[in-house]
Amino acid sequence: MIRLLLWMLGGMLLGGIVHLATVLILPILATQDAYSRLAPIAPVNAVAPLPPPTAEAATIPFLDPAFAMAVCRYDLTDGPIKLTVPVSPAYTSVSFYTRSEVAYYAINDRAAGRRVIELDLMTSEQRGDLPGDEEVTAADRLIVESPTVTGLILIKALAPEAGLLSAARSALAGARCQVQPQP
Amino acid sequence: MRLLFGTLLALSVAAGIGLGATWFAITQGTAYGGVTIGAWTAWPRVGTPGIDPYARAMVARSGELPVGSGDGVAFYARNDDAGRPLDGRCDTALEGITPQARYFTVTLYDPEGRLVANAVQRQGFTSQEVIRRADGTFEIMIGPRARPGNWLPTGGIERYQLVLRLYDTPIGLATRSGREAPMPTIAQKACP
Repeated sequence: MIRLLLWMLGGMLLGGIVHLATVLILPILATQDAYSRLAPIAPVNAVAPLPPPTAEAATIPFLDPAFAMAVCRYDLTDGPIKLTVPVSPAYTSVSFYTRSEVAYYAINDRAAGRRVIELDLMTSEQRGDLPGDEEVTAADRLIVESPTVTGLILIKALAPEAGLLSAARSALAGARCQVQPQP
Repeated sequence: MRLLFGTLLALSVAAGIGLGATWFAITQGTAYGGVTIGAWTAWPRVGTPGIDPYARAMVARSGELPVGSGDGVAFYARNDDAGRPLDGRCDTALEGITPQARYFTVTLYDPEGRLVANAVQRQGFTSQEVIRRADGTFEIMIGPRARPGNWLPTGGIERYQLVLRLYDTPIGLATRSGREAPMPTIAQKACP
């Protein structure tokens, strides 16, 4: 009897380890995460408009239908990326996600403080490779460091009223996400 | 023989408890650091690199993209103020004011995060679309039948949830109570 209880106790302890291990490994193994869902419609290092979510079809759950959205699935292997997003009249924001959907940075039009949100996305190694004097001249350049080589950029423009959705969408059509030629 | 039996027992207990606990944790929404104000709960940390492993697992499973903390914050409600689950066959009133933000949106989703089909193609309200009273408060009637004023149709589904998103807002990681963030009330009015 005691032996049986000991085996059960051992099983419970092992169960705890199984639980922690599965929770930690799930984001790596997930095949239906946002990145995988977007892969068929979003080319690498280019801005692709996201189809507006409807009751019948939504690429990603819990999208806000009041926004026009576009994604850039980036890969920094070939160098840093330059992102340019023209600001729409109402509210525009850019959110950065790692390959496993950790939101590591987000900025909106007011924080960017210009008519165009312009920033450079690079890995920390690429930032380290920047020439020193360029760092000084780039003082007003917004540099974002990506913790992973691949990831997602979600660009959103608010349509404060349903009728303004096409205007928000056309504002996003001017967004660019391109690999910068390296010096 | 006894050793074999014991090992098998221990391993099956481990698999049952481990996988069961994982399943429970990621389907029941047990992320840490939730801020609950009335019927609403937000997880501001989910939009930062400080996201906890349980929330990461949930995000990976559902396939959503959490609202980044530099963008805004999302409050979720599955129940009304009295704790009753939100029922799409009933009339429910969303009333009051919202915390300080440049814009907000209220959106109705089914429990899996899909939008709900309805005849008038309305899935939510933005702060600009909402018709307010003279004192700045608003009331949105949520129900299956058309209403004058702000009407958010439910399509008659059994369970739904509301998501209130605040954009460009000081509400976030540091927010603790309803005094800093006055959230609208959710009250069930009539139920067939």
